[in-house]
Amino acid sequence: MEVKLQNLTKKFGTETAVDNMNLHIKDGEFVAFLGPSGCGKTTTLLMTAGIYKPDGGEIIFGDRLVNKVQPKDRNIGMVFQSYALYPHMSVYENIVFSMKLKKKSKDEMNREADRVAGLLGIGDLLKRKPGQLSGGQQQRVALGRALIKKPELLLFDEPLSNLDARLRITMRSEIKKLQKDLNITSIYVTHDQVEAMTMADRVAVIKDGKLQAFMPPIELHEKPRTKFIAHFVGNPPMNFFNIELVSSDGILKGVNSHFTLPLAKDRQPKEGSREVILGIRPEDISINPDSDLKAEVLLVEPLGRDDLLQCRMGKEDISILADPKDKHRCGDVIGLDMDNTTFQFFDCETEKSLLWFD
Amino acid sequence: MEKEHRSHTGLWFIMPALILVIVFFFIPVLMTLGISATDMSSVTGFDAWKWVGLKNYVKIAQHPDSMNNFITTLKYVSLTLVFFNVGLGLLIALITSHINKLAGGFFRSAWLLPRITPPVVYVLMWSMLAADAPYGVFNQLFRIPFGLSTGNWVPEYAFLFIVLVNGYIGASFGMIIFNSAIEAIPKDIMVSSLVDGASYTQRVRYIIIPQLRWPLLFVVTYQTLSLLTSFEYIMVLTNGNFNTEVWSLWSYHKALNNYWGNFQYGFGAALAVVLVLVGTILGIVYMKYFRFGALVQEPKIDQL
Repeated sequence: MEVKLQNLTKKFGTETAVDNMNLHIKDGEFVAFLGPSGCGKTTTLLMTAGIYKPDGGEIIFGDRLVNKVQPKDRNIGMVFQSYALYPHMSVYENIVFSMKLKKKSKDEMNREADRVAGLLGIGDLLKRKPGQLSGGQQQRVALGRALIKKPELLLFDEPLSNLDARLRITMRSEIKKLQKDLNITSIYVTHDQVEAMTMADRVAVIKDGKLQAFMPPIELHEKPRTKFIAHFVGNPPMNFFNIELVSSDGILKGVNSHFTLPLAKDRQPKEGSREVILGIRPEDISINPDSDLKAEVLLVEPLGRDDLLQCRMGKEDISILADPKDKHRCGDVIGLDMDNTTFQFFDCETEKSLLWFD
Repeated sequence: MEKEHRSHTGLWFIMPALILVIVFFFIPVLMTLGISATDMSSVTGFDAWKWVGLKNYVKIAQHPDSMNNFITTLKYVSLTLVFFNVGLGLLIALITSHINKLAGGFFRSAWLLPRITPPVVYVLMWSMLAADAPYGVFNQLFRIPFGLSTGNWVPEYAFLFIVLVNGYIGASFGMIIFNSAIEAIPKDIMVSSLVDGASYTQRVRYIIIPQLRWPLLFVVTYQTLSLLTSFEYIMVLTNGNFNTEVWSLWSYHKALNNYWGNFQYGFGAALAVVLVLVGTILGIVYMKYFRFGALVQEPKIDQL
């Protein structure tokens, strides 16, 4: 089912939680709402679910305007961070609750419960109470409860945030696979950019109630439209420097009190003033002892495959990924090479990209 | 040696509470039990009494008022409990937690007013509501407009009034407990039930009430005991007349406020002991019925 949000707005008192949101989600698409806490992503989700009434704009399912449709009549399934299982009911009763309310027959409930339980591998848990399940099992049950309704739209509200790191990775791929197999249009709210990147077909980045970008994860990573996106997406986060653009000998250079960086010919800010923000990801900086660009290592964070070096370069902090075999120590002074074909440029005022435009 | 030392430390910690419980709860129960086995009264004084064994209990069994007072007590406790202390309390809690927060809070506070009103004043207000024309509001509203003859409603509907008077106050206790329990149900669970298609009444039936087992057990038990033993409103309203002599009031009348001036401490104490027994039995029955054991059970698994 297609989902369209048009000029969607929600206010709480004088605060605007969601500001003129426009999204067009395709049938069968897996969309992630990504943003920091309090950015309005959950509010948008709850409006889609019909829990909150929008203060403006339209929510359209297929070609049906659902603004005033009750949650129960929207044919949606919802999965929560807290699992929100009914604690006094068994797993079976939790899963078939929506069918019980519709007064479906016992046989039908059993059949559907078996189908869903099989799908999620929770067949042996049906008689237990939620309190007797682990977090991962509870989340599977919650998923089962959402899926038994054969929903046309699945809504996930940070479903993996309460799970431990390892289980989160397993559940991530499980949910993704299930969603593809069943081909249910899904909206997935998360503040974890890794989840958004790995799971979603397209990511909607939201900040302060406004949609920042809506595009496939790789484009979000490679062609960030704003400094916020560049900073939020990608791990470890991108480094930023304020630079001044100076043209000498026919070459455009980025100059700062501490360094001068020549820019690549085919990757230069398209417009804007002489002062810009330059962004470069840690993985695009390499260590070269012969380089004139020197930085002092302040902190070494071993990540396993890489060491993350927190360094200081003049007045600027910069993080760099290094090979653990090089055994960098605090206090080391290292030389850096920056790959100028990976630079990003942002306007100092608007923080919008000077390379990529919609 | 080590073990002994540890148990002593623990004892010191519970000592203050232990002393209070022993002095104010345990010893009075024992004294009541003891007195109930004597013929102590105003006549014997505190010097000339003697042990009479179970004679007082035999007397209760054979007393012509026993059955009547027992049934009155049973009716009074069960009706007040079911319709007001639990029923009305739950209803107010459900309504006020569903409506606008401010209005709900105001309504609940208003319901608490009788609690902070002195009992005599509170009962006086009821008496005046029920009084004969030209004072009583009930007469003004329900009798005079229809040309019916007026009268004092208290003697006429004495039993109804003792239930109402106690019930309207009693409901606020359950209201507060139930309301906070309802508010404590996670919001996600409510949202989830909405998405699952539950109407408000279905939510009350399938989601809210089943999660109120704890507070229900507490309110039912606490209020049963409280209704069994409290008699001040009845005393002020009817003083046990018009067939409203509940067991605790009877005990009080026999032991401490006898019309003929003979305070039968022994007999009154025996009546009180019967009340304690009934209360204890009911408490155990409730715990079994609400499966108290299952309620306090720890979750079995917390692993991956």
